[in-house]
Amino acid sequence: MNFWPLIKVLPVRTHFRFVRLARLAAVISILAVIGSLALSLLPFKPPCGGLECGIDFKGGTVMEISTAPKAVDLGKLRAALDTMGIGDVQVQAFGAPSSAMVRFQTPAGTDLNANVQKVQAKITETLGPVRFAGTSAISAKVSTELFTTGLLGLGGAILLMLIYIWFRFELQFGLGAVAALFHDVFLTFGLIAILRIEFDLKAVAAILTIIGYSMNDTVVVFDRFRENLRKYKRMPLGEVIDMSINEMLTRTIITSMTAVLALIALAVFGGPSLYGLSIIMLFGIVIGTYSSIYIAAPVILLWGVKRVDEEAEPLKPANVRR
Amino acid sequence: MMTLSRWKVILVTLAALLGVLFSLPNMLPSNVRDQLPAFMPKKTLNLGLDLQGGSYLLYSVNTEALRTERLTNLVEDVRSTLRENEIAFTDLAVVGDAISVRITDPGQVSDAANFLRRTVGAPLAGAAGGRDVAVSTGADQRLRVAFVPAAFEAETARAVEQSIEIIRRRIDQMGTKEPDIARQGKDRIVIQAAGESDPDRLKNVIGQTAKLTFQMVDDTTTPEDIQAGRVPPGSEILQSTDGFAPSYIVKKRSVVTGEMLTNAQPGFDQQTGHAIVQFRFNGVGARRFGDVTRQNIGKRFAIILDKKIISAPVIQSAISGGSGQITGNFTEQSANDLAVLLRAGALPAPLKVEEQRTVGAELGADAVKAGAVSAIVGLGLTVVFMLAIYGFLFGGISLIALAVNAVMIVGLMSLTQATLTLPGIAGLILTLAVAVDANVLIYERMRDELRSGRSLIASMDSGFSRAMGTIMDANMTHILSAAIMFQFGSGPVRGFAWTLFIGVLTTVFSAVLVTQVLLAWWFRTARPKTLPIA
Repeated sequence: MNFWPLIKVLPVRTHFRFVRLARLAAVISILAVIGSLALSLLPFKPPCGGLECGIDFKGGTVMEISTAPKAVDLGKLRAALDTMGIGDVQVQAFGAPSSAMVRFQTPAGTDLNANVQKVQAKITETLGPVRFAGTSAISAKVSTELFTTGLLGLGGAILLMLIYIWFRFELQFGLGAVAALFHDVFLTFGLIAILRIEFDLKAVAAILTIIGYSMNDTVVVFDRFRENLRKYKRMPLGEVIDMSINEMLTRTIITSMTAVLALIALAVFGGPSLYGLSIIMLFGIVIGTYSSIYIAAPVILLWGVKRVDEEAEPLKPANVRR
Repeated sequence: MMTLSRWKVILVTLAALLGVLFSLPNMLPSNVRDQLPAFMPKKTLNLGLDLQGGSYLLYSVNTEALRTERLTNLVEDVRSTLRENEIAFTDLAVVGDAISVRITDPGQVSDAANFLRRTVGAPLAGAAGGRDVAVSTGADQRLRVAFVPAAFEAETARAVEQSIEIIRRRIDQMGTKEPDIARQGKDRIVIQAAGESDPDRLKNVIGQTAKLTFQMVDDTTTPEDIQAGRVPPGSEILQSTDGFAPSYIVKKRSVVTGEMLTNAQPGFDQQTGHAIVQFRFNGVGARRFGDVTRQNIGKRFAIILDKKIISAPVIQSAISGGSGQITGNFTEQSANDLAVLLRAGALPAPLKVEEQRTVGAELGADAVKAGAVSAIVGLGLTVVFMLAIYGFLFGGISLIALAVNAVMIVGLMSLTQATLTLPGIAGLILTLAVAVDANVLIYERMRDELRSGRSLIASMDSGFSRAMGTIMDANMTHILSAAIMFQFGSGPVRGFAWTLFIGVLTTVFSAVLVTQVLLAWWFRTARPKTLPIA
């Protein structure tokens, strides 16, 4: 038997009974969503709740400094900056030992820029010659605006997807897709909370991308589902769903794999500033694949769907267990 | 679908060639690029500040200061108007957003209101006409003088425009690479300077109001008065950077101001060799400066920039020529920068930094390197994976489509000069990796059709056309999320969105048309009996 190309070796048609596991999956998903919500909202500390808030959203300054080829004396730097009376200053190693990341807030009523220059002077005084590789400073006013527009963006994207699916399919499909979307977004927030990935504009961009890909996956499954609904008018809803998912399974796996491979490359080689972004998207791709099978389709099963010649067919035990 | 129509072949070939043509400048070293004939495109990818290094500065115009200043001036206007018309008054003060004054003689209240209405404030621009202040009478012989709401709005808009103009003049004279200065929202200014080596100097030149005044040092006071904080009325203590004393007490009234300067140049003191700034007054300034120096020989005056004394020399002789020099505590560069500030004029209101992002060129280069490595590895993995799954023929076809896609994206990004940011590179890699999805959809559909018993040609045909609908639907979702990101995002996120958007367009084009042409061509030349992937 020839093992290449692999597509010939893969099973031609799988017959997994996805729907049968839908209840179990639903319980797990609901628990995971609740857990994620708790993790990302609690302790309820504005603006980001339980998430590691980036300066994009809470204001303040981040500096990347380098004393190459000398290593940064983190302890000495921390001690020196703590005496400045500008509140909590975080000093972290960042990549190479000769690099460090310094974060601090702008005390109320002081000038953003003056504060930055004061800290830079102090760092130079403490460590000797320092290169300030990158500095970002954001005022409270702007960070509040960025936070609001970030949330509006997320909300807007979800709304737009609902409208698109509704317009392109029908309302039940839209609800299923949006349920899957919320599931993905909430779980991603949970991941961001657990891994302490910084929640900033880049994280929002990553989540928006996930929304796009999650929908993409859902749409592909729905497309086949709609087609099969027309083709097999008498087949119980649960079976049509199973059949559609099985038919698309090869494609789903191949596409997810290419995305996963590329994202792993990004996470490994993309450097520290792309790491968070790639991890979020990696998780999103996997969870998006899961949710289009186990969230989007079963929601339709639950709500029923209007088939061509008959009334909407709500969930009946017969449809689930067969 | 499997017929090879001529226009499709032409379209695909043309798109691929144009893609190569427009992405070519990115592959060439700059000296080769400069020698290209004129008809060849020369634009390379427009790298964002996070990739090439640079500064992004967001300032807001301090409208509160503007308002306070205008109200203070208005108080003086009211005072002089009432005095000129010999109307006695008390309690002249700023109260909230307005000015309140009590007219002593009840009979003069309406006269006073009329005088004020005629002379105070300035005519409003626009068709409505009228003046920008409103005068109303209140209880207890009081008058209330306030700016109409439109006045402050117009003032803010004017201040922002003026600030942009002045900042542009200042930066132009610094001789750095052309920065991008734009207004954002109602009262904000964004400045983006690529490759600026010294962001602090840039901030310094932009952030200073540069309000220059010449004020007399109050010689009735002693250094002990400064320490005790005893300040005579009409004087104030100001910090000094002249290197001689930490602060001086100066008279509040300014003798001459920066608006009366016509020129300022950096130079060197011929005796000491120190860096200095030479300046020249206009007619009014020269006359006033001459008078004051003549009357105050042997006394000190202070040259004050933004409430900080930069020099406090003793007047040796009357200076009547209208020119002079500031011998402050300067370096060559700071003298040059001060001259730039004085020539460009003072900002109408102080600017406040709201956001600043600076990236060193080295950090940017690291980011480019990391992006390139992950692109090579990520796409390499995709190539290996697709060949392993679909074999050289069908896998190869999808990879040719991918290559066309890649050059089209790079070409389009170079052509439109869309900003490529670091997250944008991530978006690009992901877009390309997932672009093969369209091929996968087409191939899987073909296999399905074949399995349901159709002939090879029929299943290729209908596999193709049926996959189309799905591809369109699926890619629409990316367009929507990219549009949202573009709408709500800023800076790097917008770059990411734009990259995604261009990527979706080229993906649909290349995966659909390129794949179709290649498959049709294979079908015609090889006359296959079976599908190699079924």
